[in-house]
Amino acid sequence: MQHEQRMLRLYDLELSSRLLLGTARYPSPALLAEAVRASGTAVVTVALRREAGGELAGQGFWSLIRTLGVNVLPNTAGCHSVKEAVTTAHMAREVFATSWIKLEVIGEDDTLHPDVFGLVEAARILSEEGFQVLPYCTEDLVAADRLINAGCRVLMPWAAPIGSGRGLNNPFGLKALRAHFQVPLIIDAGIGTPSHAAAAMEAGFDAVLINTAVAQAHQPVQMARAFALAVEAGRAAYLAGPIEPRDLAVPSTPVIGKAFLA
Amino acid sequence: MKIVVNGAWREVALAGPATTPTLEAVLGQLGFANRAVATALNGGFIAAGARAGTAVREGDRVEIVAPMQGG
Repeated sequence: MQHEQRMLRLYDLELSSRLLLGTARYPSPALLAEAVRASGTAVVTVALRREAGGELAGQGFWSLIRTLGVNVLPNTAGCHSVKEAVTTAHMAREVFATSWIKLEVIGEDDTLHPDVFGLVEAARILSEEGFQVLPYCTEDLVAADRLINAGCRVLMPWAAPIGSGRGLNNPFGLKALRAHFQVPLIIDAGIGTPSHAAAAMEAGFDAVLINTAVAQAHQPVQMARAFALAVEAGRAAYLAGPIEPRDLAVPSTPVIGKAFLA
Repeated sequence: MKIVVNGAWREVALAGPATTPTLEAVLGQLGFANRAVATALNGGFIAAGARAGTAVREGDRVEIVAPMQGG
């Protein structure tokens, strides 16, 4: 049990929080910054996009992120091919000065379902080039095994499609994934409410990554705090060893010694 | 000469008579000197340190990306 109470370790970094936060879709940069602080997160995800015109919006965003004192996890969001993802990873490593890459290779647009075949190929290439790859994957056990063989030391399985807020779509599959692998597993995508996050943590996942559920909440800062509490509660519950559900009642009050009053 | 920058045609100046500019010079012309950007030329990543030694030719596709919000 002792080792499970350690801080979250992703590759060579130990992190004080098990909540990772995305930076997209907030009503304003100020609310993003406040939500990051309220969440207590140590890692935020970022992306690379074309810098448009003379506005240099990306430079302002990057300045803001650097004031927050958190680690950045760049993604390859929107990449549909191995080549795109690998090239984006190279660009991200240079701009963000980190070897971490949240590797996304998307195979289907309606669900943003990961292309696990492309993912494994890109993960192998990037791992061999010294990247520390955090692949956005599904709960597929075989794909997970191939990703680990490709060099991944962290996996980021989805709970449900990105932005859907549906929670743990396949709790049995996720439970099997947790049972099979010792590497840190971060639930990424599809979490809608703090109770979903708590459920993921209770099931033994090491961390959760939240974006839309915080950014699009009516009060993003309050929701960031709510997720922080849920993640902490879920982790504590996992370590405490939850009871197994059963079909029939078991009296919690002792039966022996009950007065005979019939 | 004309090149494609982030999907749009742009006119950039030559470095001299019949001399193509470097990627570093193109970035300077477009206002990206010393900015936190990464670059690709015709789909291939060009590291910051290699920009000064990379020639950009008529019709080339240059991608310039910067940090943005992401999930």
